[in-house]
Formats: sequence, structure tokens, C-alpha cells
Amino acid sequence: MNRNREPQITLPALSRRRFVTGVAAGAALMGMPAGANSAATRANPVPQTLRGNQFNLHVNYQPVNFTGRERTAVAINGSVPGPILRWKEGETVTLNVTNHLAHDTSIHWHGIILPTGMDGVPGLSFNGIRPGETFTYQFDVNQSGTYWYHSHSDFQEQQGHYASIVIDPAEPDPVACDRDYVVMLSDWSDESPHDIYAKLKKEGHYYNRRRRTAGDLWDEIRQKGVAQTWQDRKMWNEMRMSDRDISDVTGYTYTYLMNGQTPDGNWMAQFKRGEKVRLRFINGSAMSIFDIRIPGLKMTVVASDGQNIEPVTVDEFRIGVAETYDVVVEPVDDRAYTLFAQTIDRSGFARGTLTPHPELRAEVPAMDYAPVLTHRDMGMDHSGHNMSGMGGMDHSGHDMGNMSGTDHSSHDMGSMDGMDHRDHDMGGMDHSGHDMGSMSGMDHSQHAGMQSGNAGQYSLNGGRPELGGMQGVWFTDGLGRAGHGSNSPIVHLPSEYRYGVDMRSEMPGNGLNDPGIGLRDHDTRYGRRVLTYADIRNLTPTIDRREPTRELQLHLTGNMHRYMWSMDGIKFNDAEPLMLKYGERIRITLVNDTMMTHPIHLHGMWSELETGDSEYIPRKHTIIVQPGSKISYLVTADAYGRWAYHCHLLYHMPGMFREVRVV
Amino acid sequence: MNRKTLLALTLAAPLAHAAEESHTQHTHSMQDDEHAAHQHMGHGYPAPQEASAAAAPNLRHAPNEPDHVMDHEVLLTKVTIDQLEAREDDGSALEGSVWFGGDKHKAWFKTEVERAEGETEKAELQALYSRAIAPYWDIQMGVRHDFELESDSRNWGVLALNGLAPYFFEVDTSLFVGEDGETALRVEAEYELLFTQQWILSPEIEVNFFGQNTPETHTGSGLSDVEAGLRLRYEFTPQFAPYIGVNYEKKFGNTADFARDDGEATSETTWVIGLHAWF
Repeated sequence: MNRNREPQITLPALSRRRFVTGVAAGAALMGMPAGANSAATRANPVPQTLRGNQFNLHVNYQPVNFTGRERTAVAINGSVPGPILRWKEGETVTLNVTNHLAHDTSIHWHGIILPTGMDGVPGLSFNGIRPGETFTYQFDVNQSGTYWYHSHSDFQEQQGHYASIVIDPAEPDPVACDRDYVVMLSDWSDESPHDIYAKLKKEGHYYNRRRRTAGDLWDEIRQKGVAQTWQDRKMWNEMRMSDRDISDVTGYTYTYLMNGQTPDGNWMAQFKRGEKVRLRFINGSAMSIFDIRIPGLKMTVVASDGQNIEPVTVDEFRIGVAETYDVVVEPVDDRAYTLFAQTIDRSGFARGTLTPHPELRAEVPAMDYAPVLTHRDMGMDHSGHNMSGMGGMDHSGHDMGNMSGTDHSSHDMGSMDGMDHRDHDMGGMDHSGHDMGSMSGMDHSQHAGMQSGNAGQYSLNGGRPELGGMQGVWFTDGLGRAGHGSNSPIVHLPSEYRYGVDMRSEMPGNGLNDPGIGLRDHDTRYGRRVLTYADIRNLTPTIDRREPTRELQLHLTGNMHRYMWSMDGIKFNDAEPLMLKYGERIRITLVNDTMMTHPIHLHGMWSELETGDSEYIPRKHTIIVQPGSKISYLVTADAYGRWAYHCHLLYHMPGMFREVRVV
Repeated sequence: MNRKTLLALTLAAPLAHAAEESHTQHTHSMQDDEHAAHQHMGHGYPAPQEASAAAAPNLRHAPNEPDHVMDHEVLLTKVTIDQLEAREDDGSALEGSVWFGGDKHKAWFKTEVERAEGETEKAELQALYSRAIAPYWDIQMGVRHDFELESDSRNWGVLALNGLAPYFFEVDTSLFVGEDGETALRVEAEYELLFTQQWILSPEIEVNFFGQNTPETHTGSGLSDVEAGLRLRYEFTPQFAPYIGVNYEKKFGNTADFARDDGEATSETTWVIGLHAWF
């Protein structure tokens, strides 16, 4: 039972309020007779399902009550989430969106491939929808599956402005099922999102109620002795970082919702024994990453981000903000099952019930142990990492032996805070003296010492000076094969050595096989098979079989103490657009130089995740980048215009955001 | 008064800078208020609900925030009351700060007031421009004004380094240069030890040095005085935390001699009770 444990701590009681499981009013039972809902006295409005190809959507203020206190949500057609839109592949949809708010609004159709003017990002696609105004979206639907839509204005997503989209395929659906439910997960706060953001800016750990205490230190000393404890704490203390910094915003303020129902509200869905039930999980949260399981049932994952994948059966999977996963379950017993979605930091959960009878409930499991971060999550050491799925990538160059004796357990963190990185003992990695202006075409072959001997050079324009300049690290030579990820060296630009960046991953692991923090030992500890990105293979063969001609290495950066987020250390305001030539196929390698898990969303084009099989590359719109890790995907620039490219954690968006421009 | 002018000048520059920083590349125009008046398309949909007063707090929208989520740097104001406390022997103390600005540039005010036996012993206000120079460090410069109730008031120029040192020590180091060339150095450090998420013990120390003897202020050159405190607070919320504690002050060298000449004690230990808060 104690085998292979990840570092464990126990969750302290949240004494302000034990954990908000919400109010039970408004228990909606889908597929049940209307009378089953009669217990609700003052229910929050339940989302409707709208079908067809003409839709009138109204963004309005709506009183809601999720916690026992009445608050005002920003709702679509009066419900949180808004109405489920059911489209048909091959049709043209028209959506009239009217803004009844006192502020601008917008709707972004998340994961839908459409013209840039219909994408709904104020400042890039259009000017937003002003108060009282109606904006008409119209576009062809050329895909099928599970998606969602949400505001791209201000922090309205946090206030309730999100809803789901289900597109029925033109051809018969390869996924056969008897019942089909959307399961939209989200996080609600009674606080204003602007207050949440301001609190984070003023005190980054405000919502972290699991900070390390004297008792934890004492326990550690008793277990390991003073010397070892000092050694283990040394890096964190010197870096001024917390290994318990998992989620920026937690159950301290959030109540987690499933289809707009609180855990006590208990959203319910009906099935009959022996039926196949399709559950379309959508993470419509502002800030919450969930780990989903249904105790007693295996889940067969059939689609990821709306795209059909080769079915893979798991017990548990992680869903990043904005991702969608479709699973099929086949309950064989005449009993109820709990849909359990605990947050990545285990500060709370969303919950619903799959039941054959309205009166049947299932036990709600206890949350799993809360994870703590390790050196690996800082991009320092992935020696324990399973490389088996890395698709023929040559990692011989990552041999620790090449690092000239660098001891990563006692790494000098004085070099990591940007004040002084001159004494960094990985000589070739020292960028302190590099002038931005002289970087173009600079020979970085000194990095080759860490690598397999290719792809040593980069430029800041990707060999396409006609498209513009200072975009980031572009490689054009010696790229890894399509589907197999990057083998380019890790390059930290000088812009990463400023006050806005508190950490850089020197040896990022590959996030592909990593189930993620808090899930890594669930197999050995609980016997649960957990989905990883390496498990995902597209159901149909890769469409664009070309090799990438250029590779962009983009670093996700930030400073938790100042609560600043950026890419390559440059905030959106100061960044040049990333320029792509229409029709070209490129690779993007994201390197996570932070300790947070970032879900990164590219608008307008698919992110084709390189999982090691070039024949069946899965297409995603949002990709989780694990702390201190890297991950690669291919992009075919087949959509002209200006597109948003950003972290989908709402309070990271002011900063960790770039424009991608296809010309 | 020309002191006010000086203060205003010191602050104007960084504020203008911060405002500029927040608005670069803000492409979206919001001037068209007329749009609000027309274009209501009915669709038989009920009129939008007015947000009731009770329901409004979660809709608060800071006035300086544009409606685009990606390109705003918000200018914030943080008011911190580090210590607002009553001390034994009819004493009291206030230590606090206010900052306003963005990520890089801030206007920063610091104040310290101490009263003992019903008399104000120390009252100072610093007005600083603060600039982020490293992930955990800000450099700050500006002016300090000492309100002297018996003798003349004094002004100092300030150069400070403020931030978080390794091992999570909050450090504020300030070099002061007076109008007549006198110098002073103050080093403050504070640590937080969590017993639980809400019971927090906070040791702190302040050490003052002077470059000269100044009989009027009873300060002598070299190491002048050390103040050490230990406060145990209970965070009802992270923003509101009453505390109890003990404060120890000791004078050294010539400063101690000045005190002895006046018949005052050179060291003092007092119990304190107070409030730590920010908003």
C-alpha cells in the first residue's frame, strides 16, 4: 500500500468553512419526469437545449444562488451555464448575440474552425459587442463533436458566461450510444473576478490554504532528520517558492459546478442497466483543472477536444481548463454511480450522479491526497521519467553525465532568480550577456553539448524575415520528424532574465507520458489507469502528412510572487505577433518555465499533438503543458487572419497571450 | 508649502509612467456610448434583469479596466497596516504602507508612528518611487519626512531595496541622507512561521545606524538601536488578523549615552496588542 508514494500531505480542515458544497436548490434530473424536480424551491435556471441553425442568444445579468447568498451572474439566455447549442455538421449557423450588459461582451466559439472575423476575440477578430448591440455570427460548421462557447471579454467567463456546443456528424457517428449527456464543469465564486485578480496581484498565495506549516516541518524532521529536511527544503527556500502552490484560486472561494449544479445540488442523469451512456465532459472553468472518475465504472474515452480518437479505456483522466473529453460508460448494475471531478489541488470537487432511479444516490468518495511539487516539476530532473512513449526521439543527449557533474538536488538557486545567473554552472546556458539585437541568426551551437548534435541554431524570425522580426526562438534545421516531437535544444531568451520571470526549466521533461502532478502514482496506489496524452491516437489517419518546416519554441513564463504571466518573459502588450505563412506546416514546442499546469489554446487552427505516431496524430484545441515540462504539436496555418493564442487560465490571460497572424 | 510640491513632483513621474504602461497597445475604443441607447432586438426576450443591490458585489468592475481580457495591466492600490497596536505604558504604534501602480512602476508610501507615555516619539512618512528590478526585489527612491513635535522637522532623501530574500525573509533596507548631509541606514527583516493556515507567528527585527551624532534627535553615530518584535496573529481572513505580541527595544553606543544623560532607560520590553490588515 505504501509502495511508490508521491510526497503526501493530508488536507487540513478548511476552518473558514469546511468546503463549500453549495446549496441543493435546483437539482435538475435530466431524462427524468419534470415532477422529480419539485423539491427545488428557488432553483437557478437550468440550461435549455437549442437546436437548428438560427439562434438568438442574450447575454444578461441573472440573479443566482450557489452558496446560500444571492449573487448576480453574467448569463446567456438567463442560465449558468448558457443553453446547449446543438448543431449539425455541414450546415451554416447564424447566431444573433445581444448584449444586455453595461459592459462590452463577446462570444468565442471554442474549438470551432471558422473565419477570423467570427472568432469573437475583441481586439483581434472584431471590436466586441457593445452594450445594447447585437452582433450576428454566421459560419459553416465543418466538424462534429463536443465544444463550448464563452465570453472573450473581461473576466466574464468567471461570472457565468459559458455554455456547451454539441455538433452531430453528417456521417453516422462512430460512437454508438443510447444516451448522450453534456457534463459541463465550472467554478463559481461569490467574489467579483476583479477582486480575485486584485487579491492575487497583491498576495499571490492568497487562496492557497495548504501552505506549509511548522507542524509539517516537524513531521518532516521526525521522518528524515534535520539535515535531510534542511537539504530538501533548501531549494524551495532559496527560490522563495512553495511546493504546495498547485492552484492559484481554490475551493477557498470556489464552489465547483457540474452543469450548473453544486455538489449538494447533485446534477443527475438517468440510464437503464446495459445502456451505453455517452458523457461529454467540458471544462468550462476559469481556473480549475479537474481529475474525473466514476467509481465502479470504466470509462472509454472516445473523443478529445471534439475529435474522435481510438477508444481507450481508463479509470481516471485529467481535464484542463477548456479541454473536452467524450467518454462512454456501460453500467451493468442497477445502481447509482457518482460522477466525481476533484480539482487538481484537492481543494474541492464537482459532483453528479448517474442513476437508474431518481431516488438512488451513490456514495461520494473522499478526495485523494493533495499533491506537492518536486524538482521534476521545476524542469530540473526527469531521470525518473518514463521515456517509453517518446516515439523514437533520441534522448541520449539528455544523459545526466553530459551535465558535467551538475548536482540537481543541490542546485544553486541563486542562479534562478534572475538577479544573478552568471555563476550558473551549466556554462553553455548562460544568456546573461546576450543582447537581444544580436540574437538573430546567432550561433548557439554551444547548446549542442546537451543535445544529439543537431538543430543548434535558431533565429528570431524563423528564416522568414519578410514576415517580421522579434517573435521568439525559431528553429529551421534538423527538426524532429512529424509526430515525434522536438529534438531542438532548450533556449532561454534574454527576455526571460527579468523581474517578471522567477524560474526557468533547464532540463524540461516531456509532458506526453506524464499523467501530471497528483496522478503519477494512482496506478500503483489505487490501481486506477490514468489517461495520458501518449494514449491518444486519432481515430482517422493524419490529414496533413507534411514534415514541419519550422519550429517555434515558446516558453511559458511567470512570477508567482508578483502574479505576472508571460511568454518568453514578454507580456502580450509588449510582444510581436507570431507570424505564419498561409499554408505552411510548423511545430510549436511549449516549454513550461513555471510550476503551474497551463492549458494553452490556439484559436482558428488545430493543435496536432505529437504523441509518437505520425499516422494518427490527434487534433486538439487546448493542450496541457505540465510544470517544468515541454510538449510539441504541429500546426497547419490554413486560416488567414489574426488569432488568439493563450493560456486558458483566466487570470493568466492578461500576459500569457500572443497573437498568431497568418498572412 | 514647498514640501508638498516636492512630494507631488516625486509622485507625478512614476504615476504618469504607470498609466502609460497600462494603456500601451490598447486598440479597442470604448468611446461609443451611444451604442447603449439603441439596437435592442426584442426576440420576445424579457428585458435584462437589474442587478439588485444585494447581488451586486461580485459584479464590481474596476474603472481603469478595459473590456479586453488579454491586454490590460491593472493599476492597483494596496493599503497595508503591518502593525496598528496598543503598547504597555500608554504607548501605541502604527506601521504601514500604501502602494499604487502596475507591475514595474509604483508609487509607494511608508509610515511609522510611535507613541509612548502619551507622547509621540516618532512620526515619519516616506514617499517613494518603486521600480521592479529583479523577480523579488524593488528599488525605491524618494523622500522621508520626520514630524518632530518638539524640535524642527527634518527631511531625508531615501534609497531603498525592498523585497523577499531567500528563505522567505521580507527585507527592507533603506539609506537616508539628510538635508545637511547626515546619513542613516535602516535594515528591517520579517519572517512568517505558520502554525496553522490561520495562526501565524511573525518575528521581525529593525536595526538603525547613523553616520553622525545628532543631539537634537538623541541619536548617536554607529549602531544606534535595535527593535525586535514577536507577534502572533490569527487570520480571520488573509486580510484581517488581530495579534498579540511582545516588542523589545534597545539603544546602543552614543544613542544609549544620550538616553542615559536624559535619565531614560536604554532598553524596554513591552506587550502589544494590535491589528494586521490589508486591502
